[in-house]
Amino acid sequence: MSRALQISTLVSLIALAVYWWGTDGFRAFTAEAARRERVLRDPRPLPSVTLEDQDGRRFGFEDYRGRLVAVEFIYTRCETICRSLGTAFRRIRDHVPAERLGEDFALLTVSFDPRDDRTALQRYARTHGADGTHWRIARVVNAAAIRALLDAFGVIALPDGLGGYEHNAAIHLLDRDGRLVRIGDIEEEPRDFIVIAGLAP
Amino acid sequence: MNGPRAPHPAMAAFGLLCALGLPPARSWLEATMTTHMLIQMPLLAAAGYVLGRAFTPSQRAALRRLVGGPTPYVLLASFASSYWMLPRALDAALVDPLAALAKFSSLPLLVGMPLALAWERLGIVGRGFIWTNFFSMLAVLGWLYVAAPVRACNSYLVADQYEAGWWMIRLAIALFLAWLAGLLVGRAPSARPVRYRPASIPARTAP
Repeated sequence: MSRALQISTLVSLIALAVYWWGTDGFRAFTAEAARRERVLRDPRPLPSVTLEDQDGRRFGFEDYRGRLVAVEFIYTRCETICRSLGTAFRRIRDHVPAERLGEDFALLTVSFDPRDDRTALQRYARTHGADGTHWRIARVVNAAAIRALLDAFGVIALPDGLGGYEHNAAIHLLDRDGRLVRIGDIEEEPRDFIVIAGLAP
Repeated sequence: MNGPRAPHPAMAAFGLLCALGLPPARSWLEATMTTHMLIQMPLLAAAGYVLGRAFTPSQRAALRRLVGGPTPYVLLASFASSYWMLPRALDAALVDPLAALAKFSSLPLLVGMPLALAWERLGIVGRGFIWTNFFSMLAVLGWLYVAAPVRACNSYLVADQYEAGWWMIRLAIALFLAWLAGLLVGRAPSARPVRYRPASIPARTAP
């Protein structure tokens, strides 16, 4: 085998290894896919933040210990993807067996927009049918903590220059120990989500 | 050894690399996907190319002999450049300092410099292969970004991705036409014949 061929083979093998490493085994070509893969491998603990829901009650993720929680991130002025997120959450809520809802499973929508006050949360809750018990709409009390919270979830919200944000939309699942264990697509069938979360009857 | 003017291109290349690495230059060029992919990254590779050209011809020949010819260098450059076309790598280079360092070192050293070492030993077929691959990759990637219903990079807006896609398609077409025109008049635009003309043959414009 000629030297050029040997070295070319070596270069190709190293390149393949780097690509394999850099794409989680050719599965994650985007940062979004990578974030989802990483969480599946390594469930992630969440920072402690104080949230306030549409009824003004203050709470944290730790208050959900012992229950599964679906978390999504929105801003209430959003006219596009956040509506799909709201719809996806409503469909999940409607598919979860009634006896599990509230007891074993809760839905939590968190706004990352510091402009969202309680009135805005209430409006969003009314639009999407969030009852404030099984499904709460919350904002981060200390605006300075929003960034750390988004970082922990791997959500990036970019101001779009029109007063809104562009952000990666997904349905995050927290396990009973309060760790982020799965990031799912908003297009996913609620039935599939419920089976994966272990909420199927 | 080195001619009196030999260090200058290398200094210019180092200067360019340092300038591109300055935080204001970084934030400016990385602010949009278009300038990130179509200005900053090509300039990084170009700096590496100039660095590679700063070797003397005999040093370049020795570096080629080391790997058995120009092919491994071409392969290295195409693998390394393709890696930075992954949306994920682009995102990582913006948020992860290690990935940024990898980008700033690999584009000059693993793309530009190997190309500089290989290029002078490639015939018209070899160069044509590289160019046509480059055009088609650029056009296909551009089309993907234009047509993709999803945001490929978490750090860039969809509109930005769309614009970058269109610029890639435009650039691919423009480069292809320039290359074709160069072929038709007998030289590829990249060949810069003046560089390769032996000193003994006077330029046509010389008196």
